[in-house]
Amino acid sequence: MKQQYVYGLSALLAIVGLSIFAYKWQVLGFPVKKDQETSVWTIESSIGFDSGPGSIKVNLHIPTLTPGFRMINENSVSRGYGFSVNYGTGGREAQWAIRRADGPQRIYYRISVYADARSDQSDTTPPFPPSPVINEPFKTAVDVIVAEVREQSADTASFTSQLLRRMNDGSPGPNVALLLSDVATRADFVASVTTILASARIPARMIHGFELQGRLRNAEPLTWLEVHDGDRWRYFDPSTGEENLPEHFFIWWRGNEPLVSVEGGSNVQVSFAVQENHLDAVAIAETQAAEQSANLINLSLYSLPIQTQAVYSVLLMIPIGALVMLVLRNFVGIDAFGTFMPVLIALAFRETKLFWGVVLFTMLVALGLSIRFLLERLRLLMVPRLSAVLIVVVGLMLLISLVSHRLGMETGLSVALFPMVIISMTIERMSVVWEERGPADAIRAGVGSLIVAVAAYVFMGLGWLEHLIFTFPELLLVVLAVVLLAGRYTGYRLLELSRFKALAGN
Amino acid sequence: MFVSPKQLRAAGVLGLNERNCDFIMRLNPRRYYPRVDDKAITKQLAVAAGMAVPELYGVIANQGEVRNFSRIVAELDSFVIKPAQGSGGDGILVVTGRSSRKRDSFRLSNGVLVLEAEIAHHISNIVSGQYSLSGTPDKALIEYCVRFDPVFAEVSYQGVPDIRVIVYRGYPAMAMVRLPTRASDGKANLHQGAVGAGICMSTAETLSGVLDNEIVDEHPDTGALVAGLLIPHWDFILQSAARGYDVTQLGYLGVDMVIDEHHGPMILEMNARPGLNIQIANRTGLATRIARIDEMFRPDAGAVERARAARREFCAERQTSIEF
Repeated sequence: MKQQYVYGLSALLAIVGLSIFAYKWQVLGFPVKKDQETSVWTIESSIGFDSGPGSIKVNLHIPTLTPGFRMINENSVSRGYGFSVNYGTGGREAQWAIRRADGPQRIYYRISVYADARSDQSDTTPPFPPSPVINEPFKTAVDVIVAEVREQSADTASFTSQLLRRMNDGSPGPNVALLLSDVATRADFVASVTTILASARIPARMIHGFELQGRLRNAEPLTWLEVHDGDRWRYFDPSTGEENLPEHFFIWWRGNEPLVSVEGGSNVQVSFAVQENHLDAVAIAETQAAEQSANLINLSLYSLPIQTQAVYSVLLMIPIGALVMLVLRNFVGIDAFGTFMPVLIALAFRETKLFWGVVLFTMLVALGLSIRFLLERLRLLMVPRLSAVLIVVVGLMLLISLVSHRLGMETGLSVALFPMVIISMTIERMSVVWEERGPADAIRAGVGSLIVAVAAYVFMGLGWLEHLIFTFPELLLVVLAVVLLAGRYTGYRLLELSRFKALAGN
Repeated sequence: MFVSPKQLRAAGVLGLNERNCDFIMRLNPRRYYPRVDDKAITKQLAVAAGMAVPELYGVIANQGEVRNFSRIVAELDSFVIKPAQGSGGDGILVVTGRSSRKRDSFRLSNGVLVLEAEIAHHISNIVSGQYSLSGTPDKALIEYCVRFDPVFAEVSYQGVPDIRVIVYRGYPAMAMVRLPTRASDGKANLHQGAVGAGICMSTAETLSGVLDNEIVDEHPDTGALVAGLLIPHWDFILQSAARGYDVTQLGYLGVDMVIDEHHGPMILEMNARPGLNIQIANRTGLATRIARIDEMFRPDAGAVERARAARREFCAERQTSIEF
């Protein structure tokens, strides 16, 4: 019966642990590998203008829907301006306002985004656009073009491609030439294309954005064409008619309206700068989790102060060390002093590194043991004797540090990181075993402790494991489940297979 | 070097994990542990049940009483000092006599002469808890030093040989005699280097011995054959062991007995976590016998009946030499 409880509890713990792990990994995008980095782009727009005499109002289109990207944060820097974000026809607009300003003004708006293929265009399906009101003779030209292109196309996408090819033709027909007669910029061109598409009852709009690549001091917004095929938005290169979108194309604003409008100011200049950074994927996953208001994030250790994080990244490995020790003791059958002594020694090894750790530990225990034998002759009571051993251990640590410093071996200084109380208890236990059961047993158990400590050190030092446990502390539930199961392991220990070999085949 | 777990399973060998998990934790309730972990309580219970134990001369329960030591032993030439909560024979001091010239120096079982002050220091170590299982303050018992039966004279090097009986749910399951050697410093503990020899439960004859997990035929110090000794008072020994269960209520119990030249078998101590080397000494797995006891277990069976059942059921084939 108890067996079933243990199995049930272990299964429950493992399932809970693994589910949270899977959720954080797959849904929230926490990285399972260390140093997984994601590119984060910071795009900064800076608006400069000369202030007029009266109140000033600045409107700037800012990103709303950004397929392929997710926003981490945005902020604006402006001295003395009131700031608000409104929704207009073309998406979000930032508005800065001030009653009075003197001299040249500069306003910054900054947004940080990272690429995320799962961030789709979640726009609603637009209604069919109303037929635009076009004056003659343009109306006839548009009607002719629409009729011709419709003849040569099958659906919205091919219609758009065909139209763009016609419009870009080196030797345009008279109708196209008429329509392009007052087109000066690429934006004008795309605007007239959207007008033609609207006549064909195809929802289309102009989009403006940036190709995000490394670092750009002065990025020029690029105009592109967005067409809805009844299902989703499709992107067309206005200059070739091909359906594509440049890689890392970040849509800043949509529509025909100008990017910025300043009331009460003059000489307006807008410039964009793009900066690529590599941010820890964890940080991004956290923002995303916060965005989805996932409560799990409250469990994340990354929200702690940095120093506390450092402490926990070590502490969380102790269960791993305990698991290693459990396996070596209950499954292999290695004899060691104290239950958790090897794990604590392994913790000290993290700082001293393995070779020096083993050397210093052996030295400390050997010296302490010999002094402990001298103390034995003084016939001290137990508590004073233990205290004496502790003081001797502290003294020895000091001595080793000083000598190694003098010899120029700085690693010797790290001896101070050994848990002195644990070492004292080890020395005491070892000396009692030495006296009672002989040096062989004492040394065997001592070496056993060292083996367990080294094994625990090796596992506790695995970088990927440390990252995994720190990012997904819920995996400790799985460790707990394994430990519970091990608690009901009644099979032989590895070393018993040798110990009882005389009985086999009887 | 290693054998397969399957072979051990087939031989009915009990492993440490299985012993701890399936027997000690299931059959030995924690609250009964003091009955065996504190030898003063064990002795009290055994005496109350009318069982034979070595006579208790005195108890030293705190540092202040250490000075009573010389008064307690004033009239005695031989005695044993042991920690009430010791384990594995640690901290036991056997005094076999006094120096003929100086009354305040004692001769230990290994022949060394020690001063009374040294013994007092040892007692104060015991009292301060150096040998106790949990490191808590302890009591030192001063009791009768057993003069062992001459049957073991040839196969002991100093010290007192004792008989360990594993009692499972009140039924004696397996037994061995533990013979002190020079290496074990006169102590009858296998992990300290004593020789263990299994005992056939039916015939009361010893089997070949085991030393450090290896089979031996001769005592390493005296050279005498270990096998073939006939243990006297065998029925009484098995009955006392079986009654050890009635006294302690521990389902998985080790009862340690000695055979005194004059007083016969006496209970020395009991153990709630008896070791597994007894299997090697008997060349038989405990699991097999435990399974048999579970089959024939009757809750109303008395100690005498249980001892008789064990004697009837568990007979080891005699094997004196083993090929590896």
